[in-house]
Amino acid sequence: MDSNLIWVLIGCALIGAGASIVGTFSYLRKEALVGDAIAHALLPGVALAFLLTEEKKLYVLFPGAIIAGLVSMWSIQMIKKYSKIKSDTAIALVLSVFFAAGVVLLTHIQQGDFGNQSGLDAFLFGKAASMLPRDIYLFVSVDLIIVGLVALFYPYLKLYAFDQEFAESSGLPIRLLRFGLSVLTVLAIASGIQAVGVVLMAALIITPAATARFLSARMHHMLAIAVVIGVLSAIIGVYISYLTPSMPTGPWIVVVLSFFALSTFAFAPKKGIVHRHFRRIAHQRKIMDENVVKHLYHMSGSEKGIGLGVLSAERQWGGKQLEGAIKRLVSGGLIFTNQGHVGLTDDGQREGARIVRLHRLWELYLSERMNIAEDHVHQDAEAIEHIITPELEQALLKELDYPEMDPHSSEIPGVKEMKSYES
Amino acid sequence: MTAIEVHNLTASYDRHPVLWDVDFEIPTGKLVGIIGPNGSGKTTLLKSIMGILPIDSGFVKLFDKPLDDVRNRVSYVPQRQSVDWDFPATAMDVVQMGRYKKGKLFGRLSKLDRDIARDALKRVGMLEYKNRQISELSGGQQQRVFIARSLAQQAEIYLMDEPFVGIDAASEAAIVALLKEMRDEGKTVVLVHHDLHTALEFFDWVVMLNTRLVASGPLVETLTEANLRQTYGGKLNLLTQIAHLVKSQEFPVREKEMRD
Repeated sequence: MDSNLIWVLIGCALIGAGASIVGTFSYLRKEALVGDAIAHALLPGVALAFLLTEEKKLYVLFPGAIIAGLVSMWSIQMIKKYSKIKSDTAIALVLSVFFAAGVVLLTHIQQGDFGNQSGLDAFLFGKAASMLPRDIYLFVSVDLIIVGLVALFYPYLKLYAFDQEFAESSGLPIRLLRFGLSVLTVLAIASGIQAVGVVLMAALIITPAATARFLSARMHHMLAIAVVIGVLSAIIGVYISYLTPSMPTGPWIVVVLSFFALSTFAFAPKKGIVHRHFRRIAHQRKIMDENVVKHLYHMSGSEKGIGLGVLSAERQWGGKQLEGAIKRLVSGGLIFTNQGHVGLTDDGQREGARIVRLHRLWELYLSERMNIAEDHVHQDAEAIEHIITPELEQALLKELDYPEMDPHSSEIPGVKEMKSYES
Repeated sequence: MTAIEVHNLTASYDRHPVLWDVDFEIPTGKLVGIIGPNGSGKTTLLKSIMGILPIDSGFVKLFDKPLDDVRNRVSYVPQRQSVDWDFPATAMDVVQMGRYKKGKLFGRLSKLDRDIARDALKRVGMLEYKNRQISELSGGQQQRVFIARSLAQQAEIYLMDEPFVGIDAASEAAIVALLKEMRDEGKTVVLVHHDLHTALEFFDWVVMLNTRLVASGPLVETLTEANLRQTYGGKLNLLTQIAHLVKSQEFPVREKEMRD
């Protein structure tokens, strides 16, 4: 690996870290689009700085970008305050007007006679390879400011992000906090204009935070995870674009970011799509198994058990569905099979009694506590019997005072024994 | 002693005047209901008292002093729906926010602060949920967390915006019991309350509002049928038209030199 690449990777990691931190606040404050507007709005600042200095070094163009970013933020505020235009429209207006001005200026520069203007269009989609080792100082400074201020004022910023009105009522300087966060956002975005480009910089602000939210329950975890994702994406994206020199950097970083984001949305524990899918399947199997046990309990046939055909006709169960359930129930020790017949084991009898008990307890609860007619409670109980936990069963028994009969005057199995056990 | 003095207050929400010349006083140690229909300016009144909304004219004094002098003695509970409960925080995180005050060393919490937050959570009966994600709490539990955060501020005046909206009966009973306890400890507790169907009898004092002050005073003398009719019997037609003109024509609601 040549030494220049190492510098570029370090630089992009720093950019990713800063962007992810301010992005977490933007995400939690629901200001994701503001970041996009600022990023686009930096372009005229960059172009004007070039026109004034005829230099294209980052540290020369950086102040121009910062000023343009602050002006764009201020414009959004003013439009919201002094016109009837709503926030989303104000953001869209500022984004397009500033970006258009930037492209006009850029075109003017490219047609003009400036000698070294080539490569300025890299600011659109980013070209990390044009980073100079001395630019690292800039990134380090930006990150130090961001990390330092966020660490110092973290409690206040957290409260401000969660509940601005309460923060204000506690006497915290809201305007200062808002202004401070705005400046940090502009700094973080402006540091990425060369490596990532103005068009796609917003992705590096928002995607790490949105991904981290899936993986965290508390704000400091979210910040830490966002930084890890931002840094990794920047490094991997830059490295890929380095292998294919004609490629701009920004799109590659976004591709890697999106990969992280999509895999998280799919595979995150609990909230991920895959986990939820498997949980749904598990629920369906549980319902199926419990229904089979319940029907066998009701049919309570001879020693030999009940014919499979009779059982499947009971609910129009498909052959495969029933086979799967029987397999699972046999291995669970709840039923036995015997020459095309199935029957409940002793454990199965108890399980059947439990399900019927839950069904009838819930029917009783519905008719007693919710005044639902007795002929309307069955359907509800069919579903709820699979959901009630042992704790809820205990609570139901207590609340209904260990009832022995359901609303249809059928016995609720097992309650008598439980009652004598309780007393 | 007077806890809250609202003097000739006029205030607007989004340039629309919603409070006209409101003038009343609340004594200390009372459980006070600010009642009135939707859109009658109750929330605007609380926010004006807390300095969150700019006021057009008049002033507010707490313990005879401007808000900034007594901020540590006043605590505010915003409407539960005013925040996003999907925020990554636990119940304890939120209650500890009550201790992030100005003047503390960058909001860092001491052992004492943590103990105070813990006690507050215990007092609303939510200690066993301290590590629970706030998005997983029920509406009533979220409201109790909000009240605990306010308790953690150890104030003398508490202003709560609609604490009974969208909560279960158990939480409501727990909150009412807590509010009475606070009153008995000498705190002044002011609630915004719009629902006439739930019990009003636990208030000692009521402020009846419908964009203008209808009445203010001890419950028994003030909550009369005549006052209720004025409060809930619709808005004053002319006043509504004037307010509409102020907003649509962008008139100032007060002349510059007449703001106090």
